[in-house]
Amino acid sequence: MSETPVKVVVDLSKPKGQRESIIELTAEEIAEREVMATEAEAQRLVEEAEAQDIADAKASANDKLAALGLSAKEIAAITGA
Amino acid sequence: MKKELIERIEVGSGGASSIEFTGIPQDGKDLVLMFSGRGTISSVSRFINVLFNADQDGNYNYMRLRGDGSTVTSASSATKYRLEIGLMPSASATANTFGNCQAHITNYTSSTPKPVSTDSVTENNATEAYANLVANTWDGPAITSINISTSGNIAEHSTASLYRVVAE
Repeated sequence: MSETPVKVVVDLSKPKGQRESIIELTAEEIAEREVMATEAEAQRLVEEAEAQDIADAKASANDKLAALGLSAKEIAAITGA
Repeated sequence: MKKELIERIEVGSGGASSIEFTGIPQDGKDLVLMFSGRGTISSVSRFINVLFNADQDGNYNYMRLRGDGSTVTSASSATKYRLEIGLMPSASATANTFGNCQAHITNYTSSTPKPVSTDSVTENNATEAYANLVANTWDGPAITSINISTSGNIAEHSTASLYRVVAE
């Protein structure tokens, strides 16, 4: 296994069997890749937090409905959960 | 219309940072990209990123609907720097599981904005797994190259198949 990350380049203008090349990334490409990874992780964390907010709000709403006396079946019927 | 396989690539030992199809033939109507993949980074899932013609200038837009079995979320942007066509399992998901993703790219030889519809699913024998539907557009010239990547590496045995849709 190579220490340097590689990319697979498939040149479709060439005949079958001669299209695939395994190329080591340049320093610039590695740096760019690290920036992309950081951005993606930040975005993932934001989306996880948003999903958790929705789940928390749903649980809170269900608790309030239960406190009003609705059964679990009745809550499911009106919330679709 | 019929679908013809242009090329299928399987990632070899050690994985790869990306798979790039270049010199895409311009004799089809649409392109269909089928990707079966897994990431190597420590996470349950990772985005499958796509660039057309190496464009990273904010010419992509998308609207996404995602379900994880209990919660549905949506997101959108009009100025993305790449397409996130879906999700695939990564190193923290159940070993040896791979996700599936299909992207349909319409009128890829035109110079008008090209719609790209995608669906994907991850696999994980635990509670965290995803189904993803994405409506994308790329505003650029005819597509001559497609780059598929993720944060971290694409794992060995991942495959990418590129088809063209042609008139019968």
